[in-house]
Amino acid sequence: MEKKNYTVSIYTENNIGLLSRIAAIFLKRHINIESITASKSEVNEVMRFIIVVKVSEEQVKKIVGQIEKQIEVIRAYYHTDEELIFQETALYKVNSAEFVEDLTIQDFIKETNARIVTVTSKFFVIEKTGKRHEIDNLYDKLKPYGLMQFVRSGKIAVSKNEMPISSILEDFNTININS
Amino acid sequence: MEVKTASKEKIIKQAPTTVSGAEAVIKCLLEEGIDTIYGYPGGAIMPVYDELYKYQDKIHHVLTRHEQGATHAAQGYARVTGKVGVCIATSGPGATNLVTGIADAQIDSTPLVCITGQVGSHLLGSDAFQETDIVGISTPVTKWNYQVTKAEEIPEVLAKAFYIARSGRPGPVLIDITKDAQFATLDFTYKKCAGIRSYKPFPKVNLSEIERAAELINSAKKPMIVFGQGVILGGAEDLFQQVVEKAGIPAAWTILGLSALATDHPLNVGMVGMHGNYGPNVLTNECDVLIAIGMRFDDRVTGNLKHYAKQAKVIHFEIDPAEIDKNVKADVAVLGDVKETLQLLLGFLKPKHHDAWHQEFKDMYKIEYDKIINNELNGKKGKLGMAEVIDEINTTSKGDAIIVSDVGQHQMVACRYAKFNQTRSNVTSGGLGTMGFALPAAIGAKMGMPDRQVVAIIGDGGYQMTIQELGTIFQTKVPVKIVVLNNGFLGMVRQWQQLFFDKRYASTELINPDFVAIAKGYHIKAKKVTERNKLQEAIKEMMDSPEAYFLEVKVEQEENVFPMIPTGAAVSDIRLE
Repeated sequence: MEKKNYTVSIYTENNIGLLSRIAAIFLKRHINIESITASKSEVNEVMRFIIVVKVSEEQVKKIVGQIEKQIEVIRAYYHTDEELIFQETALYKVNSAEFVEDLTIQDFIKETNARIVTVTSKFFVIEKTGKRHEIDNLYDKLKPYGLMQFVRSGKIAVSKNEMPISSILEDFNTININS
Repeated sequence: MEVKTASKEKIIKQAPTTVSGAEAVIKCLLEEGIDTIYGYPGGAIMPVYDELYKYQDKIHHVLTRHEQGATHAAQGYARVTGKVGVCIATSGPGATNLVTGIADAQIDSTPLVCITGQVGSHLLGSDAFQETDIVGISTPVTKWNYQVTKAEEIPEVLAKAFYIARSGRPGPVLIDITKDAQFATLDFTYKKCAGIRSYKPFPKVNLSEIERAAELINSAKKPMIVFGQGVILGGAEDLFQQVVEKAGIPAAWTILGLSALATDHPLNVGMVGMHGNYGPNVLTNECDVLIAIGMRFDDRVTGNLKHYAKQAKVIHFEIDPAEIDKNVKADVAVLGDVKETLQLLLGFLKPKHHDAWHQEFKDMYKIEYDKIINNELNGKKGKLGMAEVIDEINTTSKGDAIIVSDVGQHQMVACRYAKFNQTRSNVTSGGLGTMGFALPAAIGAKMGMPDRQVVAIIGDGGYQMTIQELGTIFQTKVPVKIVVLNNGFLGMVRQWQQLFFDKRYASTELINPDFVAIAKGYHIKAKKVTERNKLQEAIKEMMDSPEAYFLEVKVEQEENVFPMIPTGAAVSDIRLE
């Protein structure tokens, strides 16, 4: 089956050690994680992991099944890029001398809707939020000017369709009270 | 705690008592109804052991001779009783020695709560003496695990541990408790865990899936059931038998499903899998509807998946959603506890007979009987065979014994030939295939079911992996019966070497010690049988013994187990020789 990028979105309790348990699921299957982010979610005390992997749909379905088996996982989903609104953020540290001397850099920044975060006598820090190819595009433009440091975040995403975590949690509570 | 409406007596009962974390651990075990635990003391768990000393009239602690033995004993106890097995160990090597048993319990869905001591919380991460990250190590092989660093966490965490271990698809849980948390005090009150908001042990039953399953079953011409341990774990044996009988469907078992349906039941057609019976394996690839109940399509069951039951519509009854479509695509997936789903199914099933189809199983059994079974049971030539020993145990026990088998050829022979009238009678290491499992597991099984005869069937290889547990048997006087089928080889590997590696017996021959002398050294009654005409008497003597008994049977060295599905072959390509 064709492999492509899938974004796995996981809602969990905020507990120590869960990252390791989730990572172990990918490790056991020799699946490389392309990017990972973890943050609080829209629900109090509920964390959200967003993990990007390049696999077949059959693989990602099985992975989501295994992730959902974890006790502290509330629900996991997988999505294609078409089903998401997503962004990544990157920081570029550029030599100030190059920046000042060559005004084309300033044009790149304007053209790409990037933002200057910090300016010192030695370096500038530029931030760009967007799709992967947009971040790569700015990277390619800045690289010849002496890119001192570069870092890119994992993907952050919200789904176009609903992920009804609050109602799922209510269901859990009802089931558990009745059991 | 203020309880305004309760009686004075109630107030006293519910008032929290100040106890140490270690005492809280024991109190939690008592609240969960635990009376027997298996373990091995050490520095980081000493406060708990000190409390155990105080509670020894309420909790029987069994000192195994190795922590691995503790886990397997707890597994044996859990498998025959359906209760949660508990084991306990110290930090570092004590904890890591539990890992094999935990992994075994995870893959065979056995409910365990393992409690480990840990170095003081101020030392965590410092490579302190006997410190190891057991939570990290055990993560991939536990259903859940947790490190306790504060005494006040103990009641809630242990309540959660028992709930998780026993609910839904059961499994092992590990709780690691730092030494300072064991020493610190807390106000103890206990509330059993009734649910965890992120954990749904029983998936919601979808009635339309059950109706679809019933329609397929009712219209099937050649239906076949493969049942696994899920039937036993769900306590659905009676319902399962009703389903089988009402729908008149031949039913075959996986190695862990064995004993869910009486071996002699007319519709029980034998074992599927690598060394299963000829008929159910071949006919898996001829049935029109395959009904999998509480089993997970292990690769030892399916052989080559590309050729597994491709002609059949597959119905999968399963509690664990992650098992659906994992190995075999299901046409109908019936999620839920089998006790609930089979009950519902029963209402939709039409009474049927599939006599002609069932006859095909009988015809194939005849082929297997003539080629293999008859020779193995009635050959009476050459040295003793493993099947003869199992058959003799059947005769003496009348099918009422619990058989605990280790891993290897003898396991396959025991599972092929042992007769069972009662459920929870077959205890073996299925998924992990852990050599060394049987001797300690038999200890736990006998302690869990003291009124039943427990016979461990072990090879000479696996026996020596946990032979030290003879010490536990001696000390506890647990009257288990131990049969070692000694062929002087790691028999299963040797068989593969013979068939697939040109008889190059690389490191599979065993030069064995005097097993009888060793057993006697532990003051266990012991005998060795080498001749056929002494077997019956020896087994009767062993089974009649009120004490533990060790019987070594010298069997044919190069006996092979057939039928056999070679690796990579289809189930229907099973070999009879």
